[in-house]
Amino acid sequence: MDVLFSNVKELVALAESQNKPISEIMIEQEVLITKRSREEVIAQMDNNLTVMEKAVERGLEGVQSTSGLTGGDAVLIQKYMATGKSLSGDIIMDAVSKAVATNEVNAAMGTICATPTAGAAGIVPGTLFAVKNKLNPTREQMINYLFTSGAFGFVVANNASISGAAGGCQAETGSAGSMAAAAIVEMAGGTPQQSAEAFSIVMKNMLGLVCDPVAGLVEVPCVKRNAMGAAKALVGADMALAGVVSRIPTDEVIEAMHKIGQSMPSALRETAKGGLAATPTGKALEAKIFGKDKVDSDTVKS
Amino acid sequence: MKYRSVFDIIGPVMIGPSSSHTAGAARIGRVARTLFGRQPEWARVHLYGSFAETYKGHGTDVAIIGGLLDYDTFDERIKSAFADAERVGLTFEFIPEEEEAIHPNTARLVIGDSQGVMELTGISIGGGTMEVVELNGFPLRLSGHYPALLIVHNDRSGVIANVSNAIAKLNINIAHMEVDRKEKGEMALMVIEVDQMIDDALINELEALPDVTQVSTLAN
Repeated sequence: MDVLFSNVKELVALAESQNKPISEIMIEQEVLITKRSREEVIAQMDNNLTVMEKAVERGLEGVQSTSGLTGGDAVLIQKYMATGKSLSGDIIMDAVSKAVATNEVNAAMGTICATPTAGAAGIVPGTLFAVKNKLNPTREQMINYLFTSGAFGFVVANNASISGAAGGCQAETGSAGSMAAAAIVEMAGGTPQQSAEAFSIVMKNMLGLVCDPVAGLVEVPCVKRNAMGAAKALVGADMALAGVVSRIPTDEVIEAMHKIGQSMPSALRETAKGGLAATPTGKALEAKIFGKDKVDSDTVKS
Repeated sequence: MKYRSVFDIIGPVMIGPSSSHTAGAARIGRVARTLFGRQPEWARVHLYGSFAETYKGHGTDVAIIGGLLDYDTFDERIKSAFADAERVGLTFEFIPEEEEAIHPNTARLVIGDSQGVMELTGISIGGGTMEVVELNGFPLRLSGHYPALLIVHNDRSGVIANVSNAIAKLNINIAHMEVDRKEKGEMALMVIEVDQMIDDALINELEALPDVTQVSTLAN
C-alpha cells in the first residue's frame, strides 16, 4: 500500500514542502488510498462532525448510564461556568464539559463518533466545540480539524496502538488529547511543526496512563480522563503556539508510548483487574452492578 | 499497515460504549454472518482476554449478536439484539475462556444451522477495526478493508489459475491473495482481496468451476 506518510516527520515535511496544512495532506492520502472522490471523503467527515455535534448537545441536556456510575457532570460544569467563577478559564472548562458530555452519551450507549476510540471520544469534539467560540471557524475548517486529528491518529495507530487493551489509556485518551492539540494548533494558525510539538507535549504527559475501568465499564475513570485530556490538549496547543518545542521528536515519543504499553501488565490493560478497578470501592461497585451474575456464573445462555 | 483510512481513526460512528469491545465486536459478528451467507440458527461465542473479562460491561455480547443479525456499528437496534435474536430464532451462548489468545480482544464464533457450521476467529485491534484471523481452521488475515472473495476448494492443480482467470476476465485487480490447505489433496481455502466491487455474476461463475465447493464474499 502506497501511503504519503507513515510517521510524523514525513507528514510535517510533506506539509511544509508543499505549503499545505496537515489536514490537506490527510485528505489527499485518503483519496489516494481509498480511490474515493475528494467530495465523498469530505462529505463523510462532515457527517461525522454532525454526529459529534449531536452527541455534545445530548450530553449537555443531561444523560445517565444504565449502571448509574456516570451522567450529569457536563450539566454541572456548564452551570458552574455560567456563574463566572471558573478559575481555569471558560475555554478550558467549556472543552472539559463538552468532552464529558460526549463520553456520558457514550456510556449511556448513545451514538458517538470514535476519535480514535469510543472511550476517548470526548476529547477531539470537546476541544473543537470549545475553541470554535474563540476562533469562529468555517464549517470547512471544523472538518479540517478532524482530518488533522486523524492524520496524527493514523500514525499512532499504525506505529503504536490506539487500544486500551493493548497499550493502556495512554493509547486512547493519550492519543486523543495529543491529536486534538495538533488540530487546535492548525486551526489557530500555527505551523505543521507546531502541531507536531503540541502533539508531543501532550503525549509526554500521558505516558504510562493505565486502563483500569471499574467493572470493565467505559465510565469510571474514562469520563474524567476525557475531561483532563481536553484540558491538556488546550494547554499543550497554547505552549506549542508560544514557541515551546519538545526535546524528544514526536515519532520517538510515539515509539516510547508503544514500548511502555507493551511492558504494561495485563491487569492494567482493560481487564478491570488492577488500578482503580481493583480498589475496595471499585470492586464493591462491580459487585453492586453485576451482582451474583458476574461473580457466580460467567456463562450466559439465551 | 493495520489502519488504512482516516475513518478508522475519526470513526466509526457507533453505539457506545467501546470501539474495540462494542463496535469491533459487532463487526466481527457481522463478518461471520456475511461469510455464513444467511441468518444462523445458533451461535457459540468463545471470548478471550479482555473480551472475556469485561464483555458484559462493554456490551460485547449484545454487539456480537447484533452483528450476527447483520446490524452495523451505528444501528440503534444493537441495544435490543438479545430480544431480536430470540424473535428470529437465533439461540446463543457466551463462553469466557481462561487461556491466552493471540490478541487481548479475541472472539471465536461457532455458528450454524441445519445446513452447516462455520467457525471464525476475529480480533478487535482498537478503534473499531477488526481482523479475521481464522476461518474453519484455516489461519488467514482478512481486514475487511477491501472487498474479498473466500473460496473453499479441493487442493487440485489448475483451480487457482481458473479462479484468477475468471477474475481477470472482468478486469478486476487482485490486491492480496493467499491460499492454504488442510492436507495435501484435501480441502483448501483461497482468500482474495480485490480493488473493485464483486458482483453476483462472478460469484456464480466461480461456483461453477470444477473443484470449487463454496464461494463467500465480503464487501468493503
